[in-house]
Amino acid sequence: MLRLFFSPDFVIAILRATTPILFATLAAGVAAKAGICNMALEGIMLFSALFGVMFSHMTGSWLIALLLTCVCGGVIGLILAFFILNLKTDEILAAIAINLTATGGTVLLLLAFSGDRGSSTFSTVSAPAVGGVNVMTALALLMVAVMHLFLYKTPLGLQIRSVGENKNSAESVGIKSIRIQYIALILSGILCACGGYFLSGGYMNSFTKNMQSGRGFIALAASEMGANTPIGGFAVAMLFGIAQAVGNQLQLTSIPVELIQMIPYATTLIGLAVFSYIVRKRKEKLAKG
Amino acid sequence: MSAEKRFEIFRLFFSILIALLVSFALIFLVSKQPVAAIMALITGPFKSGRNLANVVEAMIPLIFTGTGVCIMFAANQINLASEGAFHLGGLVAAAFALKLALPAGLAPAVCLILAAAAGALFTALPAILKIKTGASEMVASLMINYLSLWFCTFILMHFILDPAAGAASYSLPKTAKLLTLFSGTRIHFGLIIALVVAVLGHVFLYQSKMGYELRIAGSNKQFAEYSGIDIVKVILISQLVGGAVAGLGGGVEILSPIYSRFTWTSLLGYGWDAIVICTLAKKDPLKTPLAALFLAYLRTGASIMARTTDVTLEVVQITQGVIILLAVAEQFLSKTKHRIIAREAKAALQKEEAA
Amino acid sequence: MSDQYVLQMQNIMKIYGNGVVANEDVSLSLKKGEIHSLLGENGAGKSTLMKVLFGIETPDSGKILLNGQETTIKSPMDAISKGIGMVHQHFMLVPSLTVAENIILGVEPKKGLFIDMKQAVAEARRIAEQYNFDIDVTAKVEEIPVGVKQKVEILKALYRGADILILDEPTAVLTPQETDELFVQLEKLRADGHTIIFISHKLDEIKRICNRATIMRNGRSMGTYEVSEISTDDMSKLMVGREVVLTFDKKPPVLKEVMLRVRDLTVHNAQGVLKVDRLSFDLKGGEILGIAGVEGNGQSELINTLTAINKSYGGEIFIKGADIRQDSVKGVRERKLGHIPEDRMTSGCAGNLSIRENMFSNQYTDPAYSGKFLLKTKVLARRAAELVKEYLVKCKNPEQNVGMLSGGNIQKVIVAREFSISPDIIIANQPTRGIDVGAAEFIRRRLLEYRDAGCAVILVSADLNEVFSLSDRLAVMYKGKFSGLFTDVGSVTEEQLGQYMLGLRHDEELGGAIYER
Repeated sequence: MLRLFFSPDFVIAILRATTPILFATLAAGVAAKAGICNMALEGIMLFSALFGVMFSHMTGSWLIALLLTCVCGGVIGLILAFFILNLKTDEILAAIAINLTATGGTVLLLLAFSGDRGSSTFSTVSAPAVGGVNVMTALALLMVAVMHLFLYKTPLGLQIRSVGENKNSAESVGIKSIRIQYIALILSGILCACGGYFLSGGYMNSFTKNMQSGRGFIALAASEMGANTPIGGFAVAMLFGIAQAVGNQLQLTSIPVELIQMIPYATTLIGLAVFSYIVRKRKEKLAKG
Repeated sequence: MSAEKRFEIFRLFFSILIALLVSFALIFLVSKQPVAAIMALITGPFKSGRNLANVVEAMIPLIFTGTGVCIMFAANQINLASEGAFHLGGLVAAAFALKLALPAGLAPAVCLILAAAAGALFTALPAILKIKTGASEMVASLMINYLSLWFCTFILMHFILDPAAGAASYSLPKTAKLLTLFSGTRIHFGLIIALVVAVLGHVFLYQSKMGYELRIAGSNKQFAEYSGIDIVKVILISQLVGGAVAGLGGGVEILSPIYSRFTWTSLLGYGWDAIVICTLAKKDPLKTPLAALFLAYLRTGASIMARTTDVTLEVVQITQGVIILLAVAEQFLSKTKHRIIAREAKAALQKEEAA
Repeated sequence: MSDQYVLQMQNIMKIYGNGVVANEDVSLSLKKGEIHSLLGENGAGKSTLMKVLFGIETPDSGKILLNGQETTIKSPMDAISKGIGMVHQHFMLVPSLTVAENIILGVEPKKGLFIDMKQAVAEARRIAEQYNFDIDVTAKVEEIPVGVKQKVEILKALYRGADILILDEPTAVLTPQETDELFVQLEKLRADGHTIIFISHKLDEIKRICNRATIMRNGRSMGTYEVSEISTDDMSKLMVGREVVLTFDKKPPVLKEVMLRVRDLTVHNAQGVLKVDRLSFDLKGGEILGIAGVEGNGQSELINTLTAINKSYGGEIFIKGADIRQDSVKGVRERKLGHIPEDRMTSGCAGNLSIRENMFSNQYTDPAYSGKFLLKTKVLARRAAELVKEYLVKCKNPEQNVGMLSGGNIQKVIVAREFSISPDIIIANQPTRGIDVGAAEFIRRRLLEYRDAGCAVILVSADLNEVFSLSDRLAVMYKGKFSGLFTDVGSVTEEQLGQYMLGLRHDEELGGAIYER
């Protein structure tokens, strides 16, 4: 058993389970840094999972499919931003609306596209794996570094962080906060689309309705636990991946599968509580000076 | 009624209208028989007594979760755990119905009370976590929904599973089931409980001392503090009551004639529907039956459509999504709103001058 | 002659939407390389004038000349590009960013796609060194003390090329040592040719560091003076004064028993700064104790403690003989205490609830209004309608949301609520701030009626007319203490009051604060 946990296959299994959540966690992080809780990740992921298989079927290329899916994810981010920032819709309710639309919309779209009900049966081209590691996994790891550099080393990243933390001070030096938040939400949509794409084009090789099954929500929690930083989010997403991979291995044992399924959510919940408690204590200390 | 309120109603109906038009457009897009599909969606529920009965049956769980969410949201807590509370309530009611051999009248009552208690404790969890650690109740509630799902599935698979029936529990005993109100339909006693809950929910929120405190705390925390209201207590109670209602709803649903066994192995989405209901009802439980009727009608129409044509049920979720998006968009139709209010102000001024 | 001035604001007039004249024909001229004090009470129009200068508000008439050239300033960004920088009282810093990042925010030096962090730090250091600011520019802002944060704000403005610096009450948040340090730096800036507008109430500081002072009162300029040629007494005389003398047919007070007894009250704020300093006083039924003072001298902390919103204090408070240490807010209110809060929108009402619902938040548990669980909704509706009528609240009906009313009417709803419990003690904190004359007059008359009925009243107000005309005794609060207390309010002159408010005079022995038995 133990030997299994240290095998290269197991590491790959972890990375595989981590990938979609990692993308979504990075997506949650960039939105949160701009001051917006993007609960629509769940819906964007689901939409992207469908778009991925549709585009790859149409184009026959996983790469073009990925790019087109990213464009769609960005557009959903844009729509979300329009409702939150221009029409002043509550961000949570707007996200719930998008998630509901995704649940229904994907099934309907799939039906219109291929006549399939609930899961896709047409041929797709998934993202290839190199040496057992999917390119999307590699991309996700790369994106951790890219997002870190983006948020902490570029002018736009600095501006995103300042808008999220103190809108007034950002605006007092001439930063247009709405524009910055639009950019952050579009980016969030694109990152999340990568995660959704991987679900049906790498993790699995077809689309099934509701296949995101809470990953968007977990990403939200993971990002918060990681202080909304790419590296912190990566660590927590890995933890989640490990929990899931361990869970998958434990399924071979006599432990009931339902309890194993609880592990990631329970881990996240406990982690979130501990993290929040630490943050609260730290804030209290700072307030006292 | 003030211009403000009239406008709100106008906007709601306008949102519903747009949402329906969007759905129709989608149907035209995906269907080879769009007219038949739309007709089925709109007039289907009227076509037969059975269909109408289906509408009423579908209303019942929506009223429960809708009322629960109204109460939780009135305290300005974004607790989305009603989904899990409903699920857990269903399991608890089913499990105790199977394990406690109680006589006919008593069994459903005990099972439902236990379901409500389970729901209450469940939704209080994110609130307690928030109070103790500062963790976002929203994120926590999203996580515990899945814990509820897997816990319930665990109990189902290991304690009440009928090996002869696949992923389903043993048949629930007749003594524990809710009565059917009209023979030939599955409209059950739960309808009466639901309506009572909606009325009681309204009384609680709008006519009780606790509800008053809760709404003050929900609309301005500092004002509540200045008024001497114990905010922590109020938040906890609102989540307990809201969760109890949602849990009760789950219990009612599983003990209804619609189910003969506990078969839920995935989340049913009533928690999300509840948010649509709460939006449509403007956080007033008394209006939840009306909002639930609308959604249930749409659902029933959609399932008739799905049965008779090539369009799937899920079109309803898109309608719901668009309704929420538009109904809560403050700036949507804001120009019209401004016009209406300005017109009214002018009229009032003229009346004053004339007097 | 105008070329000696870097900036001239001429005949600025600003009337706000609600008809309040904030600036009336105000002129301000800055000489290059001076520290110019802008002096005035709260609400004298200083902030409005500075908002006009910084492009936040557009003046209704008047001109702005920059280096002799007429100009318009459309936005804060425009102001910054024209060399005007502002250090707000509430810092505009992003806490989790470093000092250097805050300084370069919005004008980041770039190297390719990235911020050239090395250069950013170097530039931040250079500018800090240039002005002798001893700051670690790589520290996070959330971890540095207030005094240093202020330096960062100043550096931020300088980095953006500010020649004219507006400092809005810069010493309000500083310790004496930090203030000394700041002054050394301001002098250095002046020597470098920068011009500084220094907004303050503290006359000794103005004497120490400013060249000239423009004094404002009630939206008008009272003139510009060489600081070396004007005495602090004269400054306070120009600054404090009443325009219209309000008159009320006020009966002499009929004093009853002591309602409120405060002994050695000491309160620290959340940051641990001493705000109320061993304060003792008595308040009897039938009198109004007015508390005047420049804002931030402990008035808010005193009120919050008396009303049990703040529970950590030293000393003792008795209401009608009972110690309130164990009381909750509700407990204190049940001792028949009415409280008109300082800020009506943040703590005085729930804007999206109805007038009716806002009227009973302090008394819904009264058996007249509720049973064990339920509210007596019919009684409440009837009572709300009565109160709306009695307090002349202008609305369509009591079901209208409070947030839709005008400020004056919202205040009337609050007053109706607080007075309808037939209080023994009323604590009124800025009861008429920012509301129309009619509503203010109405509320003042009501206060007097309750005082005549035997109620004990504490009135905290920035409106000197109001404290003068209503108070039976008048205390001035300065640095957490009563610096002066007048039992014969009629004999107090505005000059005297000004001297106490600004800390120029201080009575050690305060006869009359405590009633001898």
